Amino acid sequence: MSDFGKSILEQTGELTRFAMRFFSQGLKPRYEWKEFLRQCYWIGYKSLTLVAITAFIMGLVLTIQSRPTLVEFGAEAMLPSMVSVSLIREISPVITALICAGKIGSGMGAELGSMRVTEQIDAMEVSGTNPFKYLVVTRIAAATLMLPILVNLSNAISLYGSFLGVNIRGNVSWSLYWIQVYDVLSFGDLVPSLIKTFFFGFAIGLVGCFKGYYSKKGTEGVGRSANEAVVVASLLVFIIDLLAVQITDLLGLT
Amino acid sequence: MEKQIVIDVSHIYKSFGNNHVLKDFTMQVKRGENIAVLGKSGSGKSVLIKCIIRLNEPDKGNIKLLNTDVLTLDHEGLDELRSRVGFLFQSNALYDSMTVRENLEFPLRRHRIKDEMTHEFVEGRVMEALSNVGLAHTIDMMPAELSGGMRKRIALARTLILKPDIILYDEPTTGLDPITSREISELINSIQQKYQTTSIIISHDMSCIKTTADRIIMLIDGRCYAEDSFEELQNSMDEKIRLFFD
Repeated sequence: MSDFGKSILEQTGELTRFAMRFFSQGLKPRYEWKEFLRQCYWIGYKSLTLVAITAFIMGLVLTIQSRPTLVEFGAEAMLPSMVSVSLIREISPVITALICAGKIGSGMGAELGSMRVTEQIDAMEVSGTNPFKYLVVTRIAAATLMLPILVNLSNAISLYGSFLGVNIRGNVSWSLYWIQVYDVLSFGDLVPSLIKTFFFGFAIGLVGCFKGYYSKKGTEGVGRSANEAVVVASLLVFIIDLLAVQITDLLGLT
Repeated sequence: MEKQIVIDVSHIYKSFGNNHVLKDFTMQVKRGENIAVLGKSGSGKSVLIKCIIRLNEPDKGNIKLLNTDVLTLDHEGLDELRSRVGFLFQSNALYDSMTVRENLEFPLRRHRIKDEMTHEFVEGRVMEALSNVGLAHTIDMMPAELSGGMRKRIALARTLILKPDIILYDEPTTGLDPITSREISELINSIQQKYQTTSIIISHDMSCIKTTADRIIMLIDGRCYAEDSFEELQNSMDEKIRLFFD
């Protein structure tokens, strides 16, 4: 087997072990509630503006771009329905997860990496604190919980963006727009997309913490950890999305 | 009366892959002693003190701290023991996201039982530790706002907050100017006199070692090559020892 293949297998094994350690240590007391809430604030609240702006633009642009094709087939009236299904099922969760992979994943990789390099993690250990629980468990749990909330917010804002997009060239009233949206959307669209966002959040937190926690010595190592955290987390988001679509399809929810 | 041995390291081995850092290293430190460990860069000095507090796991050997076998302790036992040992890290290891006050409170709140932690108790301990290093006015500052020497002194205050029996200093004067280095060396001495601590000081700085150490251990080729007072080692005719003093 090539060195590259071997390295990928090794990394996958270590990441799996890291995830197992998260479950085994996360379930045992002492629970770090204060740090968990602090991380929820940083991951959730501090990402709100970025997610909201991106979601609004996403809804607006998708609507504007879709209009000419629908006009060509005389199906302009389907615009709110088509865009809302695309946004809720796929585009909003994946784009929000990718933004969070960039913002949260790199932040975790760089923060934990620099804490490793400057011996802050060792200092925590000699201070009677389990650094894995304090730093890793809280961050992964917060990312897992906050991402679905951010995606729901992104769903709502992107639909508002879409309403504006529909009315740039057309004339659809506020109530008619929402009737068309709710007419086409069902729990089969919303629930699977919501469930997969928990996995997106978990993957982003896991990879960010893994890369940072085992960062190699030196500033170069910190930079590399942050970079790898974004790349691997983004890739995992797509892989999870692919699996989620297959499972949803098998369950007949599409 | 013979002083009690509080640090007993015997026949320690530690390797990283094919790099055999410690090979049959043995040393003993008595209560109240200041010991300096001298050796080349990469000779395993920091690894040694990290093994003592079990931040690194030795491959073989025995370590006793305050009559407790360190290597057989479970997690709770290790935490309990660590509350009696202070560690000054080479890079200070101050938490960037916390103020000086929070940095000092952190080990106190983590090690102590919550019922003991009245506001007055914590405030008193923090102020005492900061006064010991002469930096009480920095209490609400962030580590990034402090100079290198101040950060080192705050790190030392954090080490002192639990009033440890043993303090392990990892390169306490590295990266500091000669004046600040001298101040830190004098601070180490005054802490030892005030709290009767036992210390191991890892350093390359000969003036720091001369000021602080009662005894020097030369760590060469992973072993305790020689141990004696500064003056005796300075007059040694052994070539390997002379390299450090010339």
